[in-house]
Amino acid sequence: MTDDPNPNQKKTPENTHPTETTGHEWDGIREYNNPLPRWWVWCFLITVVWGIGYVIYYPAIPLLHGSTPGTSGWNQYDQLDRSLAAAKALHGPLDEKIAALEPEKILSDPSLRTFAIQGGKAAFANNCAQCHTSSGGGGKGYPNLLDDEWMWGGKIEDIVQTIRHGIRSSGDEDTHSSAMTAFGKEGLLTKDQILDVIQHVRVISGNAEPSDASARGQTLFTQNCAACHGESGQGSHEVGAPPLNNDIWLYGGSEDTLYKTIYGGRGGVMPHWAGRLDDVTIKKLAIYVHSLSGGEKSAPHPAP
Amino acid sequence: MDGHTQSATAPVAYYDKAIRYFTLASVFWGIAGFTVGLVIALQLVWPQLNLGLEYTTFGRLRPLHTSAVIFAFGGSILFASSFYVVQRTCRAPLFGGDGLSMFVFWGYQLVILMAGTGYLMGITQGKEYAEPEWYVDLWLTIVWVAYLILYMGTLIRRKEPHIYVANWFYLAFIVTIAMLHLINNMALPVDFPSTKSYVVWSGVQDALIQWWYGHNAVGFFLTAGFLGMMYYFVPKQINRPVYSYRLSIVHFWALIFLYIWAGPHHLHYTALPDWAQTLGMVFSVILWMPSWGGMINGIMTLSGAWDKLRTDPIIRFMIVSLSFYGMSTFEGPLMAIKEVNALSHYTDWTIGHVHSGALGWVAMISFACIYYLVPRLWNRTRLYSIRLVNTHFWICTIGIVFYISAMWVSGIMQGLMWRAYDSQGYLVYSFAETVEQMHPYYMIRAFGGFLFLLGALVMVYNLWRTIRGDLRDEAPMGIPDTRPKLQTA
Repeated sequence: MTDDPNPNQKKTPENTHPTETTGHEWDGIREYNNPLPRWWVWCFLITVVWGIGYVIYYPAIPLLHGSTPGTSGWNQYDQLDRSLAAAKALHGPLDEKIAALEPEKILSDPSLRTFAIQGGKAAFANNCAQCHTSSGGGGKGYPNLLDDEWMWGGKIEDIVQTIRHGIRSSGDEDTHSSAMTAFGKEGLLTKDQILDVIQHVRVISGNAEPSDASARGQTLFTQNCAACHGESGQGSHEVGAPPLNNDIWLYGGSEDTLYKTIYGGRGGVMPHWAGRLDDVTIKKLAIYVHSLSGGEKSAPHPAP
Repeated sequence: MDGHTQSATAPVAYYDKAIRYFTLASVFWGIAGFTVGLVIALQLVWPQLNLGLEYTTFGRLRPLHTSAVIFAFGGSILFASSFYVVQRTCRAPLFGGDGLSMFVFWGYQLVILMAGTGYLMGITQGKEYAEPEWYVDLWLTIVWVAYLILYMGTLIRRKEPHIYVANWFYLAFIVTIAMLHLINNMALPVDFPSTKSYVVWSGVQDALIQWWYGHNAVGFFLTAGFLGMMYYFVPKQINRPVYSYRLSIVHFWALIFLYIWAGPHHLHYTALPDWAQTLGMVFSVILWMPSWGGMINGIMTLSGAWDKLRTDPIIRFMIVSLSFYGMSTFEGPLMAIKEVNALSHYTDWTIGHVHSGALGWVAMISFACIYYLVPRLWNRTRLYSIRLVNTHFWICTIGIVFYISAMWVSGIMQGLMWRAYDSQGYLVYSFAETVEQMHPYYMIRAFGGFLFLLGALVMVYNLWRTIRGDLRDEAPMGIPDTRPKLQTA
């Protein structure tokens, strides 16, 4: 090894002159005594100077109580307050309108309607999508909010009520509390009777042709199920009984699933959101959910 | 092979037994750690792979992966290389001989086993990179003190007038890790012999100490230690003097002084007081050039012998390793800037950054070191196959590129989606929607990790044949094949 790193190397200012080593050697390793690269020194100094400036400008040096405030006066709590204030300035007046106006009035003002729907969509994504999915399509046991079938009512007031108080939600006295009876488990129907009822339900939902079993099931349905689901299976918002005369299912329309439903009953839970979400947000959510499917119209005429 | 090998230049008997053990352990733990990494990458793509068992959930396997690659794979090769380098650059045998060094070996393996089995059983402090509970911490302290005594003792008995730069870095690594370990793990067991303990620090002080520890595990374990490795094996393999002694002094002290303050950048926009965030950010940015000092010294040492890149794939590992080191030590200060951090924090970008350092820098320089050490430690004329080193190099490099580019795209997308507002000032996306978007990138990441593991398995085969004493009949790299052609009948 010579002291010249490489005689064929292209000469640059950094390797032309000081190619001497320090004279030490460790296990055959020697070290050139090249100067620090200029650009490296400059970059280092620039970052140091920038650092000093930054330390002067921002809170940086700890003192006995607190720290130097920095000439900018900036701190992260003020920054947070400013952005919250900006959001409030943007939303505040519109939120007040939404709080004060009837749903129909909100829907008739296009810009206010858009604002409410967008706000509801954001709140939905962060609070509701976990169960009802981001699109609102739901899943087994979690109602689809995109169709126009409503268990507890599809008017905006109904939806507000459901969101505010939840369904079978413990800790809320006004929650929707009725539940599907466990006909098999409680011994109200035998296995054969349940199978007959299933045949009838499959007929009215359009999944099976009438048969002897379905005829027997119809009688049983009238005696046991019609009080909630209605004589023709049209359902009832009062007790949250889903319509059975269509092919929309909360838990599923297969014979196996229907057997589980009738045998063990159903009683899914939705938490109450009053106290966690403010009234304006709940109203926006209701308007958003209502908009997904078209929803039901609010009562056009006051009751006579 | 027991006992000592003789240096050609000086009649010093070196203790290499523990170095051979640690080298094999490093390869073993490397494969184990990469495999667990691949498993958890696949779990992120297909959560079913959690298998529904508590022992195989992501939450338990993730620390198993990080500890296996950092402390078991990286730690073992740091022990091996530091034992090798300190003897040869001091021309002195290891202080304590085979006895002390083998104690360190078995003691450290016990640490790894106790930590890893604890994670699987759910025993953890819940502090990132400091998950082992108090009993493992105490045992590691004993092993680490033995390591320090061994290392200092060897330095004190050196026959060279000066201490070589690699040893400064190794010593900084050993001393600083001891300090970090002791302070971050100050904990009291709930009762004896409970495995559960609570750290004495609480609240934001605990967070600050944790990230002072966490960031300097990167700074002193994964940077200073591996720079020590770089400073010995790069000039040895290229057979050229180190580029600049002056630069090595200046960047060493600047690095050591600055790194220790940078930890608060992990806690931007939290309950940590503003002043601490400011200082963490400022020190991180000033750290940029001192970090690059090591890259410059390494690359400029290689410079002037670029022709060897054609013939020596070990040098390819070294140059790519130094390039990734430079890239990730530029990316680090960038991500420490508050405005950038506001986007990058908590996203996959951080994961990408860590892996460009861990796969690109740490693992690549370790592979180079292992390829250098194995033929020498087992007295073989050369590796079984130089061409397989090249195969390993390309498979791993491509794997890293897949990995980190997937994480950059995924991480930046994730950060942008989290902060996306619509025209009315509302957040646009739910958390689940961001997860859904990341799915394809998780697949690409897992594929990159698979390639990285595959390359490492090529290395295992090559090393196994080397240790067996086989030599592959192959054409030399980069120059015309002048071997006589075999006559086939």
